[in-house]
Amino acid sequence: MLQTDNPVQDLPAGHGHSVASSNSSANAVSVRNVSKNYGTVEALKDLSLEFPKGQLTSLLGPSGCGKTTLLKIIAGLLEPTSGEIEVDGRSVDGPGPDRAFVFQDFALLPWASVLRNVSFGLELRGVAKSEREDIAAKYIADVGLAGFEKSYPHELSGGMRQRVGLARALSVDSDVLLMDEPFSAVDEQTRRKFQEDLLSLVANENKTFIFVTHSIEEAVYVSDQIAILLPRPSRVSDIIRPSGLREKDSRSIRRDPEYLDIVDEIWESLRSYVE
Amino acid sequence: MANRSLFLKLLSAFVVFGAWEIAGRIPVSYAFPTFFESMAALFKMMFDGSLLAAYAETLKPLAIGILISAFLGIAIGLWIGLSGWFDWLFSPIFIVMQAAPLAALIPLLVMMYGIGLTSKVFVVCIMAMPVIVLNTAGAVRNTPSSLTEMGKSFLASKAEVITKIIVPAASPVIFSGLRLGISAGFIGAILSELKITPTGVGDIITYSRSIADYATMYAAIFSIIVLAVLFLNFLEKIEKFFFAGNVRGYASD
Amino acid sequence: MKVFGIRLPGMSSLLIWGLLWEIFGRSGLSFFVPPLSDVIATLFEVIGTPAFQKALYETGYAFVAGVFFAVSIGIPTGILMGKNRLLDELLLPWVNIFLSAPLTALVPVLMVLFGFGMKSIIITTTLFAIWIIILNARAGVMQINRSLVEMAHSFGATPWAAFTKVYFWAALPEILGGVRIGIIRAVKGVIIGQLLISIVGFGALFELYSNNFLMSHFWAVLLVLFAMAFTISEVLAYLERRVSYYAAKR
Ligand SMILES: Nc1ncnc2c1ncn2[C@@H]1O[C@H](COP(=O)(O)OP(=O)(O)OP(=O)(O)O)[C@@H](O)[C@H]1O
Ligand SMILES: [Mg+2]
Repeated sequence: MLQTDNPVQDLPAGHGHSVASSNSSANAVSVRNVSKNYGTVEALKDLSLEFPKGQLTSLLGPSGCGKTTLLKIIAGLLEPTSGEIEVDGRSVDGPGPDRAFVFQDFALLPWASVLRNVSFGLELRGVAKSEREDIAAKYIADVGLAGFEKSYPHELSGGMRQRVGLARALSVDSDVLLMDEPFSAVDEQTRRKFQEDLLSLVANENKTFIFVTHSIEEAVYVSDQIAILLPRPSRVSDIIRPSGLREKDSRSIRRDPEYLDIVDEIWESLRSYVE
Repeated sequence: MANRSLFLKLLSAFVVFGAWEIAGRIPVSYAFPTFFESMAALFKMMFDGSLLAAYAETLKPLAIGILISAFLGIAIGLWIGLSGWFDWLFSPIFIVMQAAPLAALIPLLVMMYGIGLTSKVFVVCIMAMPVIVLNTAGAVRNTPSSLTEMGKSFLASKAEVITKIIVPAASPVIFSGLRLGISAGFIGAILSELKITPTGVGDIITYSRSIADYATMYAAIFSIIVLAVLFLNFLEKIEKFFFAGNVRGYASD
Repeated sequence: MKVFGIRLPGMSSLLIWGLLWEIFGRSGLSFFVPPLSDVIATLFEVIGTPAFQKALYETGYAFVAGVFFAVSIGIPTGILMGKNRLLDELLLPWVNIFLSAPLTALVPVLMVLFGFGMKSIIITTTLFAIWIIILNARAGVMQINRSLVEMAHSFGATPWAAFTKVYFWAALPEILGGVRIGIIRAVKGVIIGQLLISIVGFGALFELYSNNFLMSHFWAVLLVLFAMAFTISEVLAYLERRVSYYAAKR
């Protein structure tokens, strides 16, 4: 049933060194004792977390608690003040082809069409034009934007722009997908559709997903593992594995008593920080 | 709606030119020709070719000066925007130039480079360059950091970040800097023709004033203002056409 | 810019340029560029002379008068344009034309109409400054939040009270922005006017120095002029930042 066991990560801050590096083969990404200060602001403090290979891990926490910061450190866009990141057993010192990022503010090129935006990652990897446009077209269709290849970002709605960013990250076929609130601007119907798609993506492709969200329901619905982050300086307070849900049919999860219990559980544990 | 706006524009032109005509008829001053006299002088110059010859002369330093300022200005601006120490070293010069009345340098330029084309080109350059440099540098500096980060996360090299992200993102502001530079260049070109040596349109203005042919003088001034305004409006249209989505597309909602 | 972890202040590189100027001047490569130290020595000499003080007074007078007219005519015109659609449509094309017109071309007209004197220079200054002031005041009034206007009406404000207590203050950041740019333009206008009507102020002084090849004198006056223009522009930018805090929060 509901597992709130946190084998290693549960240790109080400062004792995180004991993370065994031997299990790194099962973990696609390991975050070890990472701290990040912006000037005097402590965004992250001694945070350790493992991301198992082929699974989806959600980072759940209140606004400003450092989710984006953690994701950007994993992406190699930010240097941690201290601590270490390992991806596939190798330590990270910058962006790499093994990770793709879906940006919270989309980061689309306003002067480029949807097609060019989606193929931009491949363009930077030197893929030939016709080939990358074929790949891009496929992912544009996958996110439901077929017919908008020639449109420009300003001609799209917020949710459509977000899907362009998603397609761009998917098209480079990286092992690890770092998604910063990728569904925040899409409408509720599309959001549910995407959540179902995401579940089948996790099931079918052997990719590791790191998924930031504000929504408890969404986290419980899509995740293999949920890391609950506390406000600044951020640490992992709890790790929850809604493992029983993954075997169920994606359509009936929301009616499942286990699903409802976990949602309640998380809300109870977060409630004190909101009040 | 379009009709109303056009009607009001015509009405407004009619009122102003009508007032000019009446003031010329009173006359408010011996040196104030009527609107129709001025227009007659303008058409006369247009048809006998003297206006065309004058503009060929006037636009030469303007065109050369603008070309030099554009190339040099954008290059320096990009460099300032990209490099911290270059910014520290060069920005203050252009900030001071932007605030200072650079026209005061004209007598010096004349002493150094004589009264020929060189001096006039220089005048256009010092007027046009600061705004081009400062706009370019500012635009480069203000490239949305999420775009450059996106480039880095997809493994763009430094050169690719500059050519594929920073320069396109900055180009609308660079272009409007160019437009402002050209506007300042016009001021410089005419100033140099009136101050350094009367050539081109400046010559028509100075000469017709000296022989009290005020209708011709007003016509020449009228023509240069119309030309400058039309050209700058044309540039603004181009700018709106090309960069329409560029500015709005940054919004993340 | 940081060197050895110490932040160099923004304008400190001007010291380096001053040093380069000094070296270049001492090298004697150009007769037209005397060393900075000579220029500064001359500067203190020149400042005391009646010719300089007269030029400064005349320029300051034309500048202040020109800015005064530009502000006192420009701001009300802009506010009226922002409030009255018909007036706006009639005047806006002209404001835009004069904003981008090469105003130097109008100086000869001013000279024949108003004579070779102070009057023409003041009008030139006003013409350089006024259009951007009008345009910004108009934009400031037009962006005022509708609910702010409705709030004033719902509390029964008279038109005059609504104007002085709401419109003016709500548009103030834009208005001041326009005045700042207008004043910087006025500095340029007053010098251009004096150069073309070169019997007054610094225009006359420049004529005198360049005819006699008094290079140090020339540079000294330029230095004073540029320093004053820069100070004015920085002070205005500082003032604008002081009020801009509420621009974002309206
Ligand atoms: N560039 C920066 N400079 C200074 N402080 C920053 C910077 N970026 C983030 N912070 C601070 O670090 C903290 C964490 O920011 P972060 O963007 O990671 O939060 P988040 O959890 O992603 O929030 P949200 O859910 O609102 O996106 C915030 O309190 C923020 O104030
Ligand atoms: Mg965030």
